[in-house]
Amino acid sequence: MLENLQLLFDYPTLGADLIANGLMIGAIFALAAFGMALVWGVLGIINIAQGEFVMLGGFVALTAAGLGVPPLATIPLAAIVLFMVGWGLYRLVIFRVVDRDLFVSLLATFGLSIILQQLSNEIFGADVRTLETGLGTLVLFDGQIVLAEIKLVSFVTALVVGLALWAFLKRARLGQAIRATSQNARAARILGIDTDRVYAATYALNAALCGAAGSLVVMAWTIHPYIGLPYTVRSFLVVIVAGLGNIAAVIAAGLGLGALENVAGFVLGAEYQIAFVFALMVIILVVRNFLLRRKREYLK
Amino acid sequence: MTDAQKYALVATGLLFSFVAPFLLPQFATQLTMLWLMVIFALTWDTLGGQMGYNSFGNILFFGIGAYGCAVIQRDLGLDYFAGLAVGLAFAAVLSAIVAIVLGAGMLGLRGHYFAIGTLGLGIAAGEIAGGWDYVGAGSGMVPPLYPVELAGRELFFYFLMFALALVTFLVLRALYATKFGLALNAIRDDEDKAEAMGLRTTQVKSLAWAVSAFFLGIGGGLAGNLLGFIDPRDVAFAGATFGVWMVLMAILGGKGTLWGPVIGAVVFHITQELFWTYLLGWQRVALGLLIVAIVVFFPNGILGTLRERFPEWFGEKVEERV
Amino acid sequence: MSALLKIENVSKAYGGVVANRQVSLEVQSGDIAGLIGPNGSGKTTLFSSIVGAHPIDSGSIQFGGQEISKLDVPTIARRGLLRTFQQTRIYAEMNCVENMRISAPDARAPVLSLLSGFSRNVDVRAEELLDFVGLASKRFLRAGSLSFGQQKLLEFAMALMSEPKLLLLDEPTAGVNPTLINGLIDRLIKANKELGITLFVIEHNMRVIMNLAENITCLAHGEVLAQGTPQEVRDDPRVVEAYLGASA
Repeated sequence: MLENLQLLFDYPTLGADLIANGLMIGAIFALAAFGMALVWGVLGIINIAQGEFVMLGGFVALTAAGLGVPPLATIPLAAIVLFMVGWGLYRLVIFRVVDRDLFVSLLATFGLSIILQQLSNEIFGADVRTLETGLGTLVLFDGQIVLAEIKLVSFVTALVVGLALWAFLKRARLGQAIRATSQNARAARILGIDTDRVYAATYALNAALCGAAGSLVVMAWTIHPYIGLPYTVRSFLVVIVAGLGNIAAVIAAGLGLGALENVAGFVLGAEYQIAFVFALMVIILVVRNFLLRRKREYLK
Repeated sequence: MTDAQKYALVATGLLFSFVAPFLLPQFATQLTMLWLMVIFALTWDTLGGQMGYNSFGNILFFGIGAYGCAVIQRDLGLDYFAGLAVGLAFAAVLSAIVAIVLGAGMLGLRGHYFAIGTLGLGIAAGEIAGGWDYVGAGSGMVPPLYPVELAGRELFFYFLMFALALVTFLVLRALYATKFGLALNAIRDDEDKAEAMGLRTTQVKSLAWAVSAFFLGIGGGLAGNLLGFIDPRDVAFAGATFGVWMVLMAILGGKGTLWGPVIGAVVFHITQELFWTYLLGWQRVALGLLIVAIVVFFPNGILGTLRERFPEWFGEKVEERV
Repeated sequence: MSALLKIENVSKAYGGVVANRQVSLEVQSGDIAGLIGPNGSGKTTLFSSIVGAHPIDSGSIQFGGQEISKLDVPTIARRGLLRTFQQTRIYAEMNCVENMRISAPDARAPVLSLLSGFSRNVDVRAEELLDFVGLASKRFLRAGSLSFGQQKLLEFAMALMSEPKLLLLDEPTAGVNPTLINGLIDRLIKANKELGITLFVIEHNMRVIMNLAENITCLAHGEVLAQGTPQEVRDDPRVVEAYLGASA
């Protein structure tokens, strides 16, 4: 661990390489976090199945590519399939837990995450999988930074999709209905907004967002059925740092987490990278709460 | 139900518990696991049901107990039974201390932040144990073997686990009947109010978690020895099985009641042992379905539903003065 | 008479919005003091400041001669300064007797001394007080199943149970059936005279506060507008204007 840290000081460009690669996956974290914030803000639910949507998106992309779809075309496909999955899950389960005790929705989505995880395990197998895109590798600054081109594609795509959804929320009628519902669901209902449909659309949009993220993950990195929970926790982490309504902060926090995690994974050893993410979340929660406690408040 | 009927039921249950491993020796290990499930549900409910703090990471203390006990057994060089005794005591104390230390930060978190924070703790612990060579890293630990020349390994662990479940139950029952028990309920119903009334909520919460961790720690130490193998992610910090079952069993039986977790654990464990082998690998999918179904359609559990139907069974009555 | 509660130049702002500005007032030991003012004049904020629910920006709050503005809610409560809430708060899943038991002074002890049962005295006292507020027949019902007015009475009984020196009551008659209000006023006065509890009451119902309080402070826009006997405050043209101005 210390020797790794020493290495980082001896070769500062190694750090730049780690950070650059970390930023790439950070964009994915930001995308999933954006979706989580949306569902949290509108439905008042913390979706523990968030990471499983990412994982499913990856398997949809893999399956489609197996059937001959060009890799990059699987991105919208994964989004569409996950949109339908999200809509279906809303109609089956989620609508029953909106407006209920937080513990109920938390545990219900936790149950969903176990179902999706285990189904994927049965259907796709437990192997670690990746989707080859045939793109090359980018060597920058005399080989100081080595970056797979697909990661750059993924980075740009993630940001574009996120910003497109943000613009949609600002401009489109459905987007405005979603925002109105998040501010005051009862008032929205009185004004004639079908909040049930808004909830369904929001949950489905979130799933679609995660689906797109998942297709990027499987191309630029790897997936397996049990990869979901860390993505959920990362999304949660980004949201508690960035807040529910601020897209710029979500992007910044997502990218920051990606970079930090990649460096930490190098310094601590890859076997501790997941532990780092979970411990970091706990620490941030406790520290934030401690700071609030000094103002005699607590995280709500 | 009259009191006499209740006592008769409990006496029958106790009697059965004593003779069960002799009547059904082929199921001795499953029966031992049943008592572990009861301990899981009871200790989870101390926070989740009685105090309203839904921990998704209580498995942490089970794992700490399993490892703590095994390390003592490995390193102290005592003979088997002395090592086990010291190991279990160490497991209990270590878990309780960890609960108090972590509690100082974690128990300030409320609602879903506490739930997700504890979830993070449980998984982080599993990941750390899985990378830490001192405790065998990914390949886990093997506690010392029960002396081969002695017979009755199954019975030995059965009665240890049974005794632990019984003691846990009796201690918790006694605690819930004190001012401390009422303070737990007050925190569950309205923590701000409890603070406004001057209750020392921080102390109460820490002690509750420590008690829960104490018994879970012993349970972990025993379970490690019973199973004969401690895997970081699939036994000690098995969030996706034991960790979720704790919550599920307590809810199934009825959160925040004394007998609910016991009933929930028995029903869940028997169902699982009877039917799940027929599901051929799909058990975990079924577990997910079960969680969703119970939480959505049956959140009050068996006792909670009975209480709604027959409030007078639970002492709720209007009493006019004569 | 000595000042049990002494507030000097207390200010509190939320973000940019000033809720209390340079508020000073005293509550004398044994008194029933009133706090009135139009909606949004900072009455509940002042109560929250006094009991320590949030830190104040500046000023001083003394209780029994000691500074309490830096202390947290439970510590202040243990010194004998308690509040009831505008939105009544009771322990909904516990029955009335349990609500009372956990409000007794010995429930505030360090946790290790909570590991014992309930003393006979506590139970006797709980019965007396439940009787006093008229809830004796309901004592084994879940508190959450009581009507709003009954919950209000229970919360009042719980406050009495904990034997405070000073009790802050936030709109004790709001939402209570008008036919029950007189009975409630009688009980408040009784608590003050017989149990020796100093009361500080926020009240919107002018008839109630004029009959109840011996001294009244009127807040408007977070500042003290007038102080004095009910008569003086009622006749103060600024008070009349604040109320009419706010409602016009």
